[in-house]
Amino acid sequence: MATETEAASEGGLVFHPLDQFIPTSLFGNGAVHWYTPSNLTLWLAILVLAVVGVFVLGSRGRGIVPSRMQSVGELMYGFVYKMIEDVTGKDAVKYFPYIMTLFVFVLFANYLALLPMSYSPTSMIAITAVLGFGVFIAITVLGFVKHGAAFLGLFWMKDAPGFLRPIIAIIEVISYFVRPVSLSIRLAGNITAGHVVIKVFAGFAALTLASPAAILGIVAIYGLEILVAGIQAYVFTILTCVYLKDALHPAH
Amino acid sequence: MEGDIASIGAGLAAIGSGIAAIGVGNVAGNYLAGALRNPSAAASQTATLFIGLAFAEALGIFSFLVALLLKFA
Repeated sequence: MATETEAASEGGLVFHPLDQFIPTSLFGNGAVHWYTPSNLTLWLAILVLAVVGVFVLGSRGRGIVPSRMQSVGELMYGFVYKMIEDVTGKDAVKYFPYIMTLFVFVLFANYLALLPMSYSPTSMIAITAVLGFGVFIAITVLGFVKHGAAFLGLFWMKDAPGFLRPIIAIIEVISYFVRPVSLSIRLAGNITAGHVVIKVFAGFAALTLASPAAILGIVAIYGLEILVAGIQAYVFTILTCVYLKDALHPAH
Repeated sequence: MEGDIASIGAGLAAIGSGIAAIGVGNVAGNYLAGALRNPSAAASQTATLFIGLAFAEALGIFSFLVALLLKFA
């Protein structure tokens, strides 16, 4: 405690704003292996329990007039279903379970990460990269299975003037392979950036003079983060829908 | 004064986040301008709005990531 007040009087940060993203072992201070119960696995388990709570236990009544939990689940279900119908088309509804899983995972991870002292799984590039590359591989395989070599027509613009087509094809190929990278880094970067900003304001709160402004700043940024958490889940899902549309209908 | 040359690079990379902010503002502002001219078409274009915002924002996040990598990796 004494060192903390010293650091505060010097105007330095009491803690490092990026410390919150380090996975640490729950029991003891040993190294973190893949099987170690860490705060990451703890919050992933809480995420699963929350999803089960809303979608299984909350909707158990299956009432015609839904209970509160059931209507939350139904809202999310209807939201994603309508998004797939609008963006990808009615024939894509059979891929609904995958897209709903992605949406629910990202949404719950983002919102659980906003609880104080929690760990944010979606701030780890390892986790978002698995989601992003999973979407990428699934959609590439699906495109080739459905259309065979005709899927490559996605890169060959028939509307463009002849001499421009090879150039556009190169750009299209690059943008196609950047998709999983941008998908995963967008999510991880947004969540990381928001949490770092909150922690930096929290560091200013240790200074007596700056503390009222810092606390107001935390409240404001926290409100923004609630918005960002929802929007990032939405954006991740809708981009998956857009990419899925490319795989199902490669000829624009 | 202390620090190394990577800190300067990180600061320069952070400029990219500000430039991405111009892009995000451009998307949102143009959406609003279009929505006020034709409010009945606005609701059907919110998906496009968010896709545009996401693409513009992703590039700013890339520069933020470069700044973080320079500073801490």
